[in-house]
Amino acid sequence: MASMKKSFLLICRRAPYGQSLAREALDVALTAATFDQQVAMLFLGDGVLQLLKGQQPAAIAQKALDKQLAALPLYDIEMVYVEAEALQQRGLALSDLALPAQALSADAIAEQINMHDVVLGF
Amino acid sequence: MGTLHIVSKSPFASSALADCLRVCGEATILLIEDAVNAAIANNEWIEPLKRDGLMVYVLQSDCDARGLSQRIDSKFALTDYPGFVRLCCEHAPVTSWY
Repeated sequence: MASMKKSFLLICRRAPYGQSLAREALDVALTAATFDQQVAMLFLGDGVLQLLKGQQPAAIAQKALDKQLAALPLYDIEMVYVEAEALQQRGLALSDLALPAQALSADAIAEQINMHDVVLGF
Repeated sequence: MGTLHIVSKSPFASSALADCLRVCGEATILLIEDAVNAAIANNEWIEPLKRDGLMVYVLQSDCDARGLSQRIDSKFALTDYPGFVRLCCEHAPVTSWY
């Protein structure tokens, strides 16, 4: 079968646990990576809260999203971007996040959106 | 070419349009469903939508449904379903904000 490798950008805009969209983005990321697609994740607005270290959602019967996201590099998903302004607005720094991420300006985010084959919002 | 951003939520109820406008740079935006509210003449989203480098389309059927067709700012282009398809074919990538 011919190789159909595409670049995916997943844009995550929701805080974790409020709805299922954060989990769904993770499912899509891992599925695409399993099929050898190139996957990057961008956390925008409240989405940056998905990456916050130290989540303890056992009492609301959820799995800790930060720990699952921290495993992304194991699936060869190395490109994790966060909106610099969103971090700043929420009083957060890169060191508060559960995995290494690159902070991007709005202009740099526009470039990323334009350069990917498939851009999915969550 | 360039990216087509399809927005489907009202800017008065969701961050979808604000998030899109913050990071889209120069782009084409199509407002559908409740996002057509952003194109009502004289509302506060008109100014950010008229900034340089943006081309804004509004889906006619969703304006008609809401009684808004005569109230859409004249700078924006109304489009029908075939136009919607054409926009999707002419742009890459196509992404949705909801």
